[in-house]
Amino acid sequence: MGLGETVKEMPIVVMKGITKRFPGVVANDNIDLEIRKGEIHALLGENGAGKTTLMNILYGLYTPDAGEIYVRGKRVTIRSPRDAVDLKIGMIHQHFVLVPPFTVTQNIILGMKFPRGILNLEEAEKKVAEISQKYGIKVDPHAQIWQLSVGEQQRVEILKALFRGAEILILDEPTAVLTPQETKELFKTLRSLAKAGCAIIFISHKLDEVMEISDRVTVLRNGKVVATKKTSATNKRELAKLMVGREVVFRLRKARAKIGRPALQVEDLHALSDRGLPALKGVSFSVHEGEILGIAGVSGNGQRELAEVIAGVRKATSGKVLIFGQDVTNRSPKEIIDLGVGRIPEDRLQMGLITDLTVAENLVSEVHEKFSDKFFFLPAGIFLDHAQINNYAEKLISEYKIVTPSRDALTKTLSGGNLQKLILARVLAQNPKILIASQPTRGLDVGATEYIRRKLLEQKKKGAAILLISEDLGEILMLSDRIAVIYEGKIMGILPAAKAKIEELGLMMAGTPLSKIRGGRK
Amino acid sequence: MIGEVITATFIISFLAATLRMAVPLLFGTIGEAFAERSGILNLGIEGMMLMGASVAFTTTFYTGSLWLGVGVAALVGILLGLLMAFLTVTMGAQQHVSGLGVFFLGMGLSFYLYRIFVGELGGVPPTVTPFRPIYIPLLGDIPVLGPILFQQYVLVYIALLLVPIAAFIFDRTTLGLQITAVGQNPKAADTAGINVFRIRYLCLMVAGALSAIGGAWFSIAQSSMFLPLMTAGRGWVCIALVVFGNWMPYRILIGALLFGGIDALQTSLQAVGVAFPYRILQMLPYIFTIIVLVAVARRATYPAALLKPYRREE
Amino acid sequence: MPPQLKAKIGLPKFRIEKRPPPPLLTRVKWYVLSVVISLIIGAILILSAGVNPAIAYYHLFSGALGGKLALTETLWRFTPLLLTGTAVAVAFTCKFWNIGAEGQMLAGATLAAYFGVTFVGLPSWVLIPLVTVAGFLAGAAWAAIPAILRAKFGADDVVTTLLGNWIMLYFVGALVEGPWRDPYSLWPESPAIASAARFPTLIPGYRIHIGLIIAVLISLLFLLIMRRSIWGYQLKAVGANPRAAGFAGINVGRVLITAAILSGGIAGIAGVNELCGTHFHLKGIAMGAVGELSWGYGYAGVFIAMLGGLHPLGVMLAAFFMAIMINGSQAMYRATGVYSPFWRVMQGVIMICLLIGIFMINYRVRRVRE
Repeated sequence: MGLGETVKEMPIVVMKGITKRFPGVVANDNIDLEIRKGEIHALLGENGAGKTTLMNILYGLYTPDAGEIYVRGKRVTIRSPRDAVDLKIGMIHQHFVLVPPFTVTQNIILGMKFPRGILNLEEAEKKVAEISQKYGIKVDPHAQIWQLSVGEQQRVEILKALFRGAEILILDEPTAVLTPQETKELFKTLRSLAKAGCAIIFISHKLDEVMEISDRVTVLRNGKVVATKKTSATNKRELAKLMVGREVVFRLRKARAKIGRPALQVEDLHALSDRGLPALKGVSFSVHEGEILGIAGVSGNGQRELAEVIAGVRKATSGKVLIFGQDVTNRSPKEIIDLGVGRIPEDRLQMGLITDLTVAENLVSEVHEKFSDKFFFLPAGIFLDHAQINNYAEKLISEYKIVTPSRDALTKTLSGGNLQKLILARVLAQNPKILIASQPTRGLDVGATEYIRRKLLEQKKKGAAILLISEDLGEILMLSDRIAVIYEGKIMGILPAAKAKIEELGLMMAGTPLSKIRGGRK
Repeated sequence: MIGEVITATFIISFLAATLRMAVPLLFGTIGEAFAERSGILNLGIEGMMLMGASVAFTTTFYTGSLWLGVGVAALVGILLGLLMAFLTVTMGAQQHVSGLGVFFLGMGLSFYLYRIFVGELGGVPPTVTPFRPIYIPLLGDIPVLGPILFQQYVLVYIALLLVPIAAFIFDRTTLGLQITAVGQNPKAADTAGINVFRIRYLCLMVAGALSAIGGAWFSIAQSSMFLPLMTAGRGWVCIALVVFGNWMPYRILIGALLFGGIDALQTSLQAVGVAFPYRILQMLPYIFTIIVLVAVARRATYPAALLKPYRREE
Repeated sequence: MPPQLKAKIGLPKFRIEKRPPPPLLTRVKWYVLSVVISLIIGAILILSAGVNPAIAYYHLFSGALGGKLALTETLWRFTPLLLTGTAVAVAFTCKFWNIGAEGQMLAGATLAAYFGVTFVGLPSWVLIPLVTVAGFLAGAAWAAIPAILRAKFGADDVVTTLLGNWIMLYFVGALVEGPWRDPYSLWPESPAIASAARFPTLIPGYRIHIGLIIAVLISLLFLLIMRRSIWGYQLKAVGANPRAAGFAGINVGRVLITAAILSGGIAGIAGVNELCGTHFHLKGIAMGAVGELSWGYGYAGVFIAMLGGLHPLGVMLAAFFMAIMINGSQAMYRATGVYSPFWRVMQGVIMICLLIGIFMINYRVRRVRE
């Protein structure tokens, strides 16, 4: 099938004994990797397994502590992305590295040389159009990046690499931001690039994708290579075991809970993005007690704004948010919290936690005013009772198994999974009646992910209404009772999870309303 | 009453003064635009200006060469720019605090060096022969426009020339594209093969040189002596002006002329002896700066990476 | 050029790595080291003035610490510095960049002077608290303006607080050169405040006065607030991450404005301290374009707050160090002729060395070997 299977070629990239240490962790531990011309080589591993670090080394962003790199048979030292570009290596990062106010063309020619240093944008635009035609990758060269959808931005990134003559293309989790249909489109492009002789390195933690697209697969675990296999000679089950190091249960029991009264209702909600553009354009739904409503969608379609408006940190321009029938639109975060709404924000480090404070201080950040006591002759409400805070923190740390040197350690020293557990502990300790969980497992390893998901289901069983916002369609399908799909600030449709079909969800994620899909079929 | 003051000669001298008052602001603000476009807030600008004023005076005092004074000022400005770059770019220190450090250093050293090389402060300070306006033949004879535009200091023309040059660099060159990219998204610039550190160092050196030349204006053109804190907060005004100008040279020019106008109005009114407490007039430029800053702050589109240090492995 | 070749001719490469927060002792070590290195740079500056640094430093330190007079004079300078340092530290803790303590001092002194000159008949125990509160309120109001402008309009606080210094300076100038001018005085200054408004001295014959006790009490109150109070917790949280603090239900705007009011108020008391403890007249603009009454203490407050690591006790140490530098610089000048703005230069030098020291605390620099 793939080229790698039939053509025996000299490897175009060889990485030997690559080791990279960060304070406290060995991200890459003596890694060997071989990439051949014309193959699609998957790099499979959990979050934190060291895939991205390894590729950042190949792209010159990180310098390895030990190891050798050979490209086209020659030993090379790659000190910066510039060296990588000179070696015809291109990388499409998971978080795109584009300059939002620049046009597509300006982004593509960024860092390239022009005669006497004077820009000639007309000529550059022509060249961009040529390349995009040659590879069949469509983008408007005049458009500014911030106007483009995520899928289009990814195409700009690919063009940027091809424009610089890349023959070795690294893609870091490229499907995370795409709809199922866009993913198919991307795979088509990748296959034709491989056929044209490119070597493609495809970083992923999704087994289905790896099985579908790759010719060979290298599995990383805890910074080490555990196996390199021909994709055709392995299967999902084996790969999963290699990746996690134990048998993986693919199913989580979606316990049924009694559906109660409507807890959270959103009616015709409108809000603006940070740029001042409409981000929510009339969103309506309701979540009932004992129910998980999943909001699916490609990132950047208003999910962040939706969560922020409900959480009280972004103003709605019109519409209503109701909590048990009470209008709480544009109330302060404190009022929302006091009404029993727990909020798990998508941006843990910027929104969720104050990383320069201690673990204990973060555990009480939403409720610190309750830990007050009389102080000499002064009444309660002025001073904090540290003994009480410490007890409370100790209790939560052990109850939620937060791994930290002590309650007084600075929060920034904790690992990603433990940061999320900290937020979860802070929120669930208040036993919220409504829970807004945004991207609750993004970037976490399998263990932490499972733990968080189990806790969410437990909370649902206790009767909480949960709004689950996630870009991971698998997660939405696994946890939700009902699924709403959001696209450009509008809900494309809401349907019971049991009756949801992937193709339908994909079409909705790309902007087709449910009514049209179902209507068209009749 | 008003009619007695607002005569044709008053207006002509006021407009000519406006242009002169705008000179240090133009140097400083264009310099600041370079720094901020690359993502560094240069709060050290007032210190750089004071150092420029101090060393330009001292150099001229000893050599008699005004242009050498300007050159030495630029050189010292570059050194302070390098220091600021080392603190904020290489070490990634907080830009506010680094800028204040450079401000304190420039402020202190400007007195100290003056006292080492020239002498005591206080009493009647020594003077140099400052720059004189040049008279451009023919053009200088044009009524009204002549005295305003064509009987000016060379530094006025250089300052005005800076505007199109900076605009050309920002809009039409690869360097300008790289500077803006570094200030918007340093990681994007880095992965595109641009040396983020080098661009930021370069921009801070330009900022240092220009602000120091702007400072030199005070001691060897506008006056003929050095006084402590003689820049009187103009560096801080530049920081407000760059926001007003939205980091674009031509809009900065408009802003600098506006502020120059307020400054000139204040001195011109004092000169013709308007019965108004001159201390109150002296406040005007500062009050006006604050008002303008308040008016534009919300609409300003700050470079996205301003204040954020860049380091690859974090 | 092929990459292999580039690597060989490059300069030695260093790599900067973040490291976990080190123990307190390491941090203190770097702070002390920064000051020591600054003093070495200071020695080079002294040398360039043609004086032996050892002799100059001897005079500096003995002039500040040797003997009862020197020590009381240093404490007399320490008082306003502790106040402005604390004022700035309060503001900087929540990243309200208040560089306007100089103007807030003058604002405080101005209102205090108004009360001190007007209410001649009142007894000390009424008048002294009255002028102190007046000073607090005036300084607080002057600081609240930039805070509100930032909270409401997003106007950069560095610029607005700093320009506020100049506005207040000229305002005070206008007052003492105009309507408030004492007609019997040679200098532009207000009439003397009532003697009942003067801060009583602590030791007869020396200049230290009860302002010292007020300043130390305020500093200790700041310590208590930061360690124990709800508001102190919120101040820290807002400073560390305003978005997360707001998300957690803290009213960021209110914390910011309260901090500005406290900060400006404390700076205002520093102004009262100078008026009622030292000058007794509201004074005008000094040579060097600072208030003759505020004398650059407001700017020094920024330096002291930074050197003290924004910690109440650190600020106290830093203020004392600064008092030594200022007082000692003058003794050094009298003895050796090394110019007294020496301490102004040292402010900049120490601050920059300190930044490097803080960097060394947080990062490890490693040479990269090929």
